[in-house]
Amino acid sequence: MALKESPSQTAGPYVHIGCAAQTAGLEKRGMGDQLGGQMVPAGQDTVTLAITILDGSGEPVKDALIEIWQAGQNGDYTTSDEFQNWGRQASDLSSGVAHFETLKPGRNGTQASHILVWIVARGINLGLTTRIYFPDEDNTSDPVFRLAGARANTLVASQTHVGYTHTIRLQGANETVFFDV
Amino acid sequence: MTEAPFKPRDLSWHPPAFFERYRSTHLRAPQQPLLQMPQTETELTGPTFGQNDLGPLDDDLITNYATPGQSAQGPRIIVHGTLRDEDGRPVPGKLIEVWQANAGGRYRHVNDGYLAPLDDNFGGCGRCLTDADGHYNFRTILPGPYPWPNGGNDWRPAHIHFSVFGDGFAQRLITQMYFEGDPHIALCPIVQAIPSDDAIDRLVARLDMTRTVPMDIRAYRFDIVLRGRNATIFENQREGT
Ligand SMILES: [Fe+2]
Repeated sequence: MALKESPSQTAGPYVHIGCAAQTAGLEKRGMGDQLGGQMVPAGQDTVTLAITILDGSGEPVKDALIEIWQAGQNGDYTTSDEFQNWGRQASDLSSGVAHFETLKPGRNGTQASHILVWIVARGINLGLTTRIYFPDEDNTSDPVFRLAGARANTLVASQTHVGYTHTIRLQGANETVFFDV
Repeated sequence: MTEAPFKPRDLSWHPPAFFERYRSTHLRAPQQPLLQMPQTETELTGPTFGQNDLGPLDDDLITNYATPGQSAQGPRIIVHGTLRDEDGRPVPGKLIEVWQANAGGRYRHVNDGYLAPLDDNFGGCGRCLTDADGHYNFRTILPGPYPWPNGGNDWRPAHIHFSVFGDGFAQRLITQMYFEGDPHIALCPIVQAIPSDDAIDRLVARLDMTRTVPMDIRAYRFDIVLRGRNATIFENQREGT
Protein backbone atom coordinates (compact mmCIF):
# COMPACT_ATOMS: atom_id res chain seq x y z
CA MET A 1 0.00 0.00 0.00
CA ALA A 2 1.55 3.29 -1.09
CA LEU A 3 0.47 6.31 0.95
CA LYS A 4 1.61 9.92 0.86
CA GLU A 5 3.21 11.54 3.88
CA SER A 6 0.84 13.82 5.79
CA PRO A 7 1.50 17.37 4.56
CA SER A 8 3.32 19.61 7.02
CA GLN A 9 1.78 22.73 8.54
CA THR A 10 3.36 25.47 10.60
CA ALA A 11 3.71 24.90 14.35
CA GLY A 12 2.28 28.42 14.77
CA PRO A 13 3.05 30.90 17.54
CA TYR A 14 1.55 28.78 20.33
CA VAL A 15 3.63 25.62 19.81
CA HIS A 16 4.75 25.93 23.43
CA ILE A 17 1.39 24.78 24.75
CA GLY A 18 1.96 21.32 23.33
CA CYS A 19 5.76 21.07 23.40
CA ALA A 20 7.06 23.47 26.08
CA ALA A 21 4.07 24.11 28.33
CA GLN A 22 5.96 26.12 30.95
CA THR A 23 6.96 28.67 28.33
CA ALA A 24 3.30 29.06 27.33
CA GLY A 25 2.48 29.80 30.96
CA LEU A 26 0.54 26.63 31.71
CA GLU A 27 0.43 25.30 35.24
CA LYS A 28 1.21 21.62 35.73
CA ARG A 29 -2.17 20.55 37.15
CA GLY A 30 -3.02 17.03 35.95
CA MET A 31 -0.44 16.84 33.18
CA GLY A 32 2.80 14.87 32.96
CA ASP A 33 6.25 16.43 33.01
CA GLN A 34 7.59 18.56 30.18
CA LEU A 35 9.86 16.52 27.88
CA GLY A 36 13.32 17.20 26.51
CA GLY A 37 14.45 19.80 29.02
CA GLN A 38 17.09 17.69 30.79
CA MET A 39 19.73 15.91 28.72
CA VAL A 40 22.30 15.43 31.51
CA PRO A 41 21.47 14.36 35.10
CA ALA A 42 21.34 17.20 37.61
CA GLY A 43 24.65 18.02 39.27
CA GLN A 44 26.85 16.79 36.43
CA ASP A 45 29.03 18.97 34.22
CA THR A 46 27.45 20.20 31.00
CA VAL A 47 28.34 22.22 27.96
CA THR A 48 25.99 25.15 27.36
CA LEU A 49 24.82 25.50 23.78
CA ALA A 50 23.10 28.84 23.11
CA ILE A 51 21.18 29.03 19.81
CA THR A 52 19.72 32.20 18.30
CA ILE A 53 17.66 32.23 15.11
CA LEU A 54 17.58 35.44 13.07
CA ASP A 55 14.91 36.28 10.50
CA GLY A 56 15.45 38.11 7.21
CA SER A 57 15.48 41.51 8.92
CA GLY A 58 18.16 40.36 11.38
CA GLU A 59 15.69 40.22 14.28
CA PRO A 60 15.76 37.23 16.64
CA VAL A 61 12.93 34.75 16.20
CA LYS A 62 11.31 34.66 19.65
CA ASP A 63 8.61 32.05 19.16
CA ALA A 64 10.56 29.10 17.74
CA LEU A 65 10.77 25.59 19.12
CA ILE A 66 14.19 23.97 18.69
CA GLU A 67 14.99 20.28 19.03
CA ILE A 68 18.48 18.81 18.98
CA TRP A 69 19.52 15.19 18.42
CA GLN A 70 23.11 14.16 18.89
CA ALA A 71 25.49 11.36 19.74
CA GLY A 72 26.87 11.08 23.25
CA GLN A 73 30.52 11.62 24.12
CA ASN A 74 31.27 8.13 22.82
CA GLY A 75 29.80 8.97 19.41
CA ASP A 76 26.79 6.68 19.56
CA TYR A 77 23.05 7.28 19.79
CA THR A 78 22.17 4.92 22.62
CA THR A 79 20.31 6.90 25.26
CA SER A 80 21.36 6.03 28.82
CA ASP A 81 20.70 7.24 32.36
CA GLU A 82 23.77 9.42 31.94
CA PHE A 83 22.75 11.15 28.73
CA GLN A 84 19.55 11.83 26.80
CA ASN A 85 20.51 12.39 23.16
CA TRP A 86 17.39 14.45 22.52
CA GLY A 87 16.78 17.95 23.80
CA ARG A 88 14.04 20.47 23.25
CA GLN A 89 13.92 24.16 24.16
CA ALA A 90 11.86 27.16 23.20
CA SER A 91 13.52 30.36 22.07
CA ASP A 92 13.21 32.77 24.97
CA LEU A 93 10.07 34.87 24.42
CA SER A 94 12.02 38.07 25.21
CA SER A 95 15.58 37.50 23.98
CA GLY A 96 15.09 34.76 21.38
CA VAL A 97 17.98 32.69 22.78
CA ALA A 98 17.48 28.97 23.41
CA HIS A 99 19.84 27.32 25.90
CA PHE A 100 20.67 23.62 25.92
CA GLU A 101 22.69 22.02 28.72
CA THR A 102 24.30 19.10 26.94
CA LEU A 103 27.56 17.23 26.31
CA LYS A 104 29.81 17.62 23.32
CA PRO A 105 29.17 14.66 21.00
CA GLY A 106 31.96 12.33 19.93
CA ARG A 107 32.82 11.49 16.35
CA ASN A 108 30.43 9.03 14.67
CA GLY A 109 32.21 6.89 12.09
CA THR A 110 33.46 9.19 9.34
CA GLN A 111 31.34 12.01 10.72
CA ALA A 112 32.90 14.79 12.76
CA SER A 113 31.24 15.78 16.05
CA HIS A 114 27.92 17.37 15.15
CA ILE A 115 24.40 18.07 16.40
CA LEU A 116 21.23 17.84 14.32
CA VAL A 117 19.02 20.91 14.84
CA TRP A 118 15.34 20.95 13.92
CA ILE A 119 13.38 24.22 13.94
CA VAL A 120 9.65 24.89 13.83
CA ALA A 121 7.85 28.20 14.31
CA ARG A 122 5.17 30.53 13.02
CA GLY A 123 5.98 31.26 9.37
CA ILE A 124 7.92 28.00 8.89
CA ASN A 125 5.75 25.66 6.83
CA LEU A 126 8.03 22.63 7.00
CA GLY A 127 10.40 22.04 9.90
CA LEU A 128 13.95 23.12 9.04
CA THR A 129 16.86 20.73 9.55
CA THR A 130 20.41 21.96 9.95
CA ARG A 131 23.55 20.88 11.79
CA ILE A 132 25.99 22.37 14.24
CA TYR A 133 29.69 21.57 13.94
CA PHE A 134 32.44 22.62 16.35
CA PRO A 135 35.18 25.22 15.82
CA ASP A 136 37.71 23.15 17.80
CA GLU A 137 37.32 20.02 15.61
CA ASP A 138 38.62 19.01 12.20
CA ASN A 139 35.45 19.05 10.10
CA THR A 140 37.10 18.94 6.69
CA SER A 141 36.69 15.22 6.11
CA ASP A 142 33.07 15.08 7.32
CA PRO A 143 30.93 14.03 4.33
CA VAL A 144 27.95 16.25 5.15
CA PHE A 145 30.08 19.25 6.08
CA ARG A 146 31.88 18.94 2.75
CA LEU A 147 28.58 18.99 0.85
CA ALA A 148 27.93 22.50 2.16
CA GLY A 149 31.03 23.76 0.32
CA ALA A 150 31.63 27.50 0.67
CA ARG A 151 28.57 27.82 2.94
CA ALA A 152 29.83 25.27 5.49
CA ASN A 153 31.00 28.08 7.78
CA THR A 154 27.32 28.76 8.55
CA LEU A 155 27.23 25.40 10.36
CA VAL A 156 30.10 26.08 12.77
CA ALA A 157 29.35 27.28 16.31
CA SER A 158 31.56 29.70 18.25
CA GLN A 159 33.28 28.85 21.51
CA THR A 160 32.31 30.62 24.74
CA HIS A 161 33.65 30.24 28.28
CA VAL A 162 30.76 27.88 29.15
CA GLY A 163 30.37 26.05 25.86
CA TYR A 164 29.24 27.20 22.46
CA THR A 165 26.98 29.77 20.86
CA HIS A 166 25.46 29.48 17.42
CA THR A 167 23.46 31.82 15.20
CA ILE A 168 21.09 30.43 12.58
CA ARG A 169 20.17 32.85 9.80
CA LEU A 170 16.93 32.09 7.95
CA GLN A 171 17.71 34.49 5.10
CA GLY A 172 20.38 36.85 3.78
CA ALA A 173 23.98 36.77 2.64
CA ASN A 174 25.03 34.30 5.33
CA GLU A 175 21.88 32.19 5.24
CA THR A 176 22.43 28.97 7.18
CA VAL A 177 22.53 25.75 5.21
CA PHE A 178 19.29 23.78 5.67
CA PHE A 179 19.16 20.17 4.52
CA ASP A 180 16.74 18.03 2.56
CA VAL A 181 17.40 14.86 4.49
CA MET B 1 22.84 0.60 11.42
CA THR B 2 20.81 -1.98 9.55
CA GLU B 3 17.67 0.08 8.89
CA ALA B 4 17.09 1.18 5.31
CA PRO B 5 17.07 4.93 4.66
CA PHE B 6 13.80 6.80 4.39
CA LYS B 7 12.24 7.58 1.03
CA PRO B 8 12.97 11.07 -0.25
CA ARG B 9 10.49 13.67 0.93
CA ASP B 10 8.22 14.91 -1.89
CA LEU B 11 8.72 18.63 -1.28
CA SER B 12 6.15 19.54 -3.96
CA TRP B 13 3.50 17.87 -1.78
CA HIS B 14 4.26 20.05 1.26
CA PRO B 15 3.61 23.81 1.50
CA PRO B 16 6.53 25.84 0.07
CA ALA B 17 8.69 27.77 2.53
CA PHE B 18 7.59 31.10 1.04
CA PHE B 19 3.88 31.75 0.49
CA GLU B 20 2.85 35.28 -0.44
CA ARG B 21 -0.54 35.20 1.33
CA TYR B 22 0.97 33.88 4.59
CA ARG B 23 2.89 36.94 5.73
CA SER B 24 4.94 35.31 8.47
CA THR B 25 6.79 33.31 5.82
CA HIS B 26 8.17 36.46 4.20
CA LEU B 27 11.07 36.97 6.60
CA ARG B 28 11.35 33.36 7.73
CA ALA B 29 11.45 31.30 4.55
CA PRO B 30 15.00 30.31 3.59
CA GLN B 31 15.83 31.71 0.15
CA GLN B 32 18.37 29.09 -0.81
CA PRO B 33 17.10 25.68 -1.86
CA LEU B 34 17.46 22.91 0.72
CA LEU B 35 20.77 21.07 0.32
CA GLN B 36 20.26 17.40 -0.39
CA MET B 37 22.28 15.09 1.80
CA PRO B 38 22.47 11.33 2.37
CA GLN B 39 20.85 10.08 5.58
CA THR B 40 23.39 9.12 8.22
CA GLU B 41 22.91 7.42 11.57
CA THR B 42 21.98 10.88 12.90
CA GLU B 43 18.87 11.14 10.70
CA LEU B 44 17.96 7.44 10.83
CA THR B 45 17.70 7.44 14.62
CA GLY B 46 15.62 9.47 17.02
CA PRO B 47 14.33 9.65 20.57
CA THR B 48 12.05 6.98 22.00
CA PHE B 49 9.36 7.52 24.58
CA GLY B 50 7.49 5.29 26.98
CA GLN B 51 4.40 5.41 29.15
CA ASN B 52 6.63 6.57 32.04
CA ASP B 53 7.23 9.82 30.18
CA LEU B 54 3.51 10.65 30.25
CA GLY B 55 1.00 11.49 32.95
CA PRO B 56 -2.19 9.43 33.32
CA LEU B 57 -4.44 12.27 32.07
CA ASP B 58 -2.22 13.40 29.19
CA ASP B 59 -4.60 11.95 26.58
CA ASP B 60 -7.66 13.60 28.10
CA LEU B 61 -7.79 17.36 27.48
CA ILE B 62 -11.32 17.45 28.90
CA THR B 63 -9.98 16.83 32.39
CA ASN B 64 -6.17 17.20 32.45
CA TYR B 65 -6.33 20.90 33.33
CA ALA B 66 -9.68 20.87 35.11
CA THR B 67 -10.43 21.16 38.78
CA PRO B 68 -11.17 17.58 39.91
CA GLY B 69 -14.83 16.87 39.31
CA GLN B 70 -15.15 19.55 36.63
CA SER B 71 -14.45 19.48 32.89
CA ALA B 72 -13.61 21.77 29.98
CA GLN B 73 -16.37 23.68 28.20
CA GLY B 74 -17.33 22.91 24.60
CA PRO B 75 -18.57 20.05 22.43
CA ARG B 76 -16.96 16.85 23.67
CA ILE B 77 -15.02 14.92 21.01
CA ILE B 78 -12.74 11.92 20.64
CA VAL B 79 -9.93 12.35 18.11
CA HIS B 80 -8.39 9.09 17.00
CA GLY B 81 -6.66 7.46 14.08
CA THR B 82 -3.76 5.32 12.95
CA LEU B 83 -0.14 6.34 12.46
CA ARG B 84 1.29 4.60 9.41
CA ASP B 85 4.30 5.03 7.18
CA GLU B 86 4.08 5.52 3.42
CA ASP B 87 4.34 1.76 2.94
CA GLY B 88 1.13 1.37 4.94
CA ARG B 89 2.83 -0.17 7.97
CA PRO B 90 1.46 0.86 11.38
CA VAL B 91 4.00 2.79 13.46
CA PRO B 92 3.64 1.64 17.09
CA GLY B 93 4.92 3.19 20.31
CA LYS B 94 5.44 6.73 18.99
CA LEU B 95 4.79 9.98 20.81
CA ILE B 96 1.99 12.20 19.49
CA GLU B 97 1.56 15.64 21.06
CA VAL B 98 -1.42 17.93 20.44
CA TRP B 99 -2.28 21.51 21.33
CA GLN B 100 -5.32 23.62 20.56
CA ALA B 101 -7.42 26.66 21.38
CA ASN B 102 -10.43 26.36 23.68
CA ALA B 103 -14.03 26.29 22.47
CA GLY B 104 -14.01 30.09 22.07
CA GLY B 105 -10.84 30.12 19.96
CA ARG B 106 -8.55 31.33 22.76
CA TYR B 107 -5.20 29.71 23.53
CA ARG B 108 -3.86 29.39 27.06
CA HIS B 109 -0.62 31.16 26.15
CA VAL B 110 1.05 34.29 27.51
CA ASN B 111 1.12 35.76 24.00
CA ASP B 112 -2.56 35.21 23.14
CA GLY B 113 -4.78 38.16 24.04
CA TYR B 114 -7.86 37.32 21.95
CA LEU B 115 -11.22 38.65 23.21
CA ALA B 116 -12.68 35.20 23.88
CA PRO B 117 -12.23 34.22 27.53
CA LEU B 118 -9.98 31.51 28.90
CA ASP B 119 -11.68 28.42 30.27
CA ASP B 120 -10.45 27.78 33.83
CA ASN B 121 -10.76 24.05 33.19
CA PHE B 122 -8.92 23.85 29.86
CA GLY B 123 -5.18 23.92 29.15
CA GLY B 124 -5.15 22.71 25.55
CA CYS B 125 -2.17 20.35 25.80
CA GLY B 126 -2.31 16.59 25.25
CA ARG B 127 -0.01 13.65 24.56
CA CYS B 128 -0.22 9.93 23.93
CA LEU B 129 1.70 7.00 22.48
CA THR B 130 0.51 4.98 19.51
CA ASP B 131 -0.42 1.43 20.52
CA ALA B 132 0.85 -1.85 19.03
CA ASP B 133 -1.36 -1.29 15.94
CA GLY B 134 -0.27 2.32 15.48
CA HIS B 135 -3.56 3.61 16.83
CA TYR B 136 -3.88 6.74 18.97
CA ASN B 137 -6.78 8.27 20.86
CA PHE B 138 -7.50 11.61 22.61
CA ARG B 139 -10.51 13.11 24.34
CA THR B 140 -10.88 16.86 23.98
CA ILE B 141 -13.36 19.61 23.12
CA LEU B 142 -14.02 21.08 19.67
CA PRO B 143 -11.68 24.08 19.30
CA GLY B 144 -13.12 27.39 18.10
CA PRO B 145 -11.98 29.30 14.99
CA TYR B 146 -9.97 32.44 15.78
CA PRO B 147 -8.78 35.58 13.98
CA TRP B 148 -5.08 36.17 13.40
CA PRO B 149 -2.97 39.09 12.16
CA ASN B 150 -2.12 38.53 8.50
CA GLY B 151 -2.98 41.90 6.98
CA GLY B 152 -6.67 41.23 6.38
CA ASN B 153 -9.77 39.55 7.74
CA ASP B 154 -8.12 36.20 8.39
CA TRP B 155 -9.64 33.45 10.54
CA ARG B 156 -8.15 30.06 11.19
CA PRO B 157 -10.44 27.08 10.61
CA ALA B 158 -11.02 25.10 13.79
CA HIS B 159 -7.89 22.98 14.13
CA ILE B 160 -5.73 20.85 16.39
CA HIS B 161 -1.93 21.03 16.10
CA PHE B 162 -0.12 17.68 15.95
CA SER B 163 3.54 16.88 16.64
CA VAL B 164 4.60 13.37 15.63
CA PHE B 165 7.80 11.38 16.20
CA GLY B 166 8.84 8.45 14.02
CA ASP B 167 11.66 5.92 14.14
CA GLY B 168 14.18 8.43 12.83
CA PHE B 169 14.55 12.17 12.99
CA ALA B 170 14.08 12.33 9.20
CA GLN B 171 10.42 11.40 9.86
CA ARG B 172 9.79 14.20 12.39
CA LEU B 173 6.59 16.03 11.48
CA ILE B 174 4.39 18.84 12.71
CA THR B 175 1.02 19.41 11.10
CA GLN B 176 -2.57 20.48 11.82
CA MET B 177 -5.87 18.64 11.76
CA TYR B 178 -9.01 20.29 10.41
CA PHE B 179 -12.68 19.31 10.64
CA GLU B 180 -14.76 18.25 7.64
CA GLY B 181 -17.25 20.82 6.40
CA ASP B 182 -15.43 23.88 7.80
CA PRO B 183 -15.79 26.75 5.25
CA HIS B 184 -12.65 28.41 6.62
CA ILE B 185 -10.47 25.63 5.19
CA ALA B 186 -10.87 27.05 1.67
CA LEU B 187 -10.17 30.61 2.90
CA CYS B 188 -7.12 30.04 5.10
CA PRO B 189 -3.71 30.98 3.63
CA ILE B 190 -1.92 28.57 5.96
CA VAL B 191 -3.99 25.65 4.66
CA GLN B 192 -4.01 26.85 1.06
CA ALA B 193 -0.20 27.04 1.03
CA ILE B 194 -0.46 23.27 0.57
CA PRO B 195 -0.25 22.92 -3.23
CA SER B 196 -2.99 20.36 -3.94
CA ASP B 197 -6.55 19.83 -2.73
CA ASP B 198 -5.69 16.15 -2.51
CA ALA B 199 -2.97 16.88 0.02
CA ILE B 200 -5.20 19.27 1.99
CA ASP B 201 -7.83 16.54 2.19
CA ARG B 202 -5.36 14.34 4.13
CA LEU B 203 -5.52 16.88 6.97
CA VAL B 204 -9.32 16.93 7.22
CA ALA B 205 -10.74 14.70 9.97
CA ARG B 206 -14.02 12.88 9.34
CA LEU B 207 -16.93 12.51 11.75
CA ASP B 208 -16.80 8.88 12.87
CA MET B 209 -20.16 7.62 14.09
CA THR B 210 -18.74 4.12 14.69
CA ARG B 211 -16.63 5.47 17.57
CA THR B 212 -19.17 8.08 18.69
CA VAL B 213 -20.54 7.19 22.14
CA PRO B 214 -24.33 7.66 22.40
CA MET B 215 -25.38 10.41 24.83
CA ASP B 216 -21.69 11.14 25.60
CA ILE B 217 -19.14 12.17 22.99
CA ARG B 218 -18.72 12.39 19.20
CA ALA B 219 -15.65 10.97 17.44
CA TYR B 220 -13.47 12.29 14.58
CA ARG B 221 -11.02 10.11 12.69
CA PHE B 222 -7.64 11.50 11.61
CA ASP B 223 -5.02 9.16 10.16
CA ILE B 224 -1.40 10.30 9.97
CA VAL B 225 1.31 9.14 7.57
CA LEU B 226 5.08 9.38 8.09
CA ARG B 227 7.81 8.85 5.50
CA GLY B 228 8.35 5.24 4.46
CA ARG B 229 11.52 3.22 4.01
CA ASN B 230 13.47 2.81 0.87
CA ALA B 231 12.63 -0.89 0.83
CA THR B 232 14.02 -1.69 -2.63
CA ILE B 233 17.57 -0.82 -1.72
CA PHE B 234 17.27 -2.73 1.52
CA GLU B 235 16.05 -5.89 -0.24
CA ASN B 236 18.82 -5.70 -2.83
CA GLN B 237 21.43 -5.33 -0.14
CA ARG B 238 20.07 -8.31 1.72
CA GLU B 239 20.10 -10.51 -1.34
CA GLY B 240 23.70 -9.55 -1.96
CA THR B 241 24.94 -10.63 1.44
FE1 LIG C 1 -3.43 27.30 15.99
